[in-house]
Amino acid sequence: MARVPVAEGIFTWPADDPQLIGSRCTACGIVTFPSQGACPRCAATAMAKHLLPRRGLLWAWTIQHFPPPSPPYAGPTGTAFVPFGVGYVELGGEVKVETRLTEADPETLKHGMEMELVIVPFRADDGGSEVVTFAFRPVG
Amino acid sequence: MDVAIVGVGLHPFGRFPDLTAIDMGAIAIRRALADAGVEWRDIQFGFAGSYEVDNPDAVVALLGLTGIPFTDVYNGCATAASVLTLAANTIRLGEHDLGIAVGMDKHLRGAFNADPRLYACPLWYGELGHFLTTKFFGMKINKYMHDFGISRSTLAKVAAKNYRNGALNPNAFRRKPLSEEAILASPMLNYPLTQYMFCSPDEGAAAVVLCRADHARRYTDTPIYLRAATVRTRRLGAFEVHSPWLPIEETPGPTVDASRAAFEMAGIGPEDVDVIQLQDTDAGAEVIHLAENGFCADGDQERLVADGELQIGGRLPVNTDGGLIANGEPIGASGLRQVHEVVLQLRGQAGDRQVPRKPRVGYTQLYGAPGTAGVSILSV
Repeated sequence: MARVPVAEGIFTWPADDPQLIGSRCTACGIVTFPSQGACPRCAATAMAKHLLPRRGLLWAWTIQHFPPPSPPYAGPTGTAFVPFGVGYVELGGEVKVETRLTEADPETLKHGMEMELVIVPFRADDGGSEVVTFAFRPVG
Repeated sequence: MDVAIVGVGLHPFGRFPDLTAIDMGAIAIRRALADAGVEWRDIQFGFAGSYEVDNPDAVVALLGLTGIPFTDVYNGCATAASVLTLAANTIRLGEHDLGIAVGMDKHLRGAFNADPRLYACPLWYGELGHFLTTKFFGMKINKYMHDFGISRSTLAKVAAKNYRNGALNPNAFRRKPLSEEAILASPMLNYPLTQYMFCSPDEGAAAVVLCRADHARRYTDTPIYLRAATVRTRRLGAFEVHSPWLPIEETPGPTVDASRAAFEMAGIGPEDVDVIQLQDTDAGAEVIHLAENGFCADGDQERLVADGELQIGGRLPVNTDGGLIANGEPIGASGLRQVHEVVLQLRGQAGDRQVPRKPRVGYTQLYGAPGTAGVSILSV
């Protein structure tokens, strides 16, 4: 079954070791995710593509216990909905990225724990492909 | 030019199938006019806030088409603070002497949803289920509890206090006290926040009549002076709702900025404030906002709540009318509901929920997407 990304240009795909695709301001150095065309710190408009580190530390988290309103949410709802973790992972001192987490158990998730990028199933699309997204899972 | 509030009016908050938002706005305005002892034809200008109503100034159809400048405002959850600030500044600048600030709304049930692209977020952010305010509040308080040692029991105590205060307020949406146990046992929405720790979108309206401070005693023996009204948006590095990413650098949020600016404008400090209204979108937000507005150090809330200091008889009475948790959040009206409560408290007219020892200074704070805060400071 084909595995298609939830959006083009947010992680390298297909790839053995996928990375999130951000941008870096060539003037002040701030890193954003996803990439954007202008700098939110110094307002320069010269942003360069920047691949983000695959590992980082869990900075903040919660559990999404109910299906978010659709639209815009496009994932499973009703009885197919499974609660999922959400958090910010600080990647290599460059940027904090908001992400789905593979764990949804408050006993498992700890502030400051080491996490790594994985690509996980998100939903089936109408053409029979599997839509995949980025997520972070605890290391080890 | 200083500014005084000489009339306040409220349409109760809750669900009113037979009334439109405009109907409720007109009722709130009529009550504020009656409270000030003025007629609609005396009003020289207005600002009106709403999320659901495109043109809340259409309320003039129910009040009188007098041709006054009447400007509509929407600024997220800080809409009513923006309405108040603009109305106050109109008087401060000397353009007019007497005006109205009104907010009204009528929301459907459930969490707000919208197109993430309208908030400068990518569509996929919403498709993945991240474009959700409740999740942000869950993350923010979860991190805050970890960093500063706040317990889940404290969140339940704060929610229980607001339901208890709501039970004393005839205008509140939720008038039934709820136990800490029931609050903790209600369905988990965004860990560690349960259903009964959150406010709900609902319906209602609130209005305030403002005038030049030197005219105030023409209308009332108990003018309340608006010492400061500020609005601020987030700076880079603040931990804000609807943020697909955050920079490494960390900066205080817009509430801190709006609060500091308001205290400076008023020339008084947090230690002078006797009655407080804070944005309690959820119980955790009230806990955090208590520190962000300068009323305690981070982490002190655990002890303050345990000691009952946020209750009506405590040293820092917060959300004496039940706050958003008991009143719900009709976005356009919410901040003027806060002002309405503070004015009643400062006049000594808050009935069963009156703060003892004659409060002299009151404070209100709003916060919401996409990182906007508003603060007002009032005094006798």
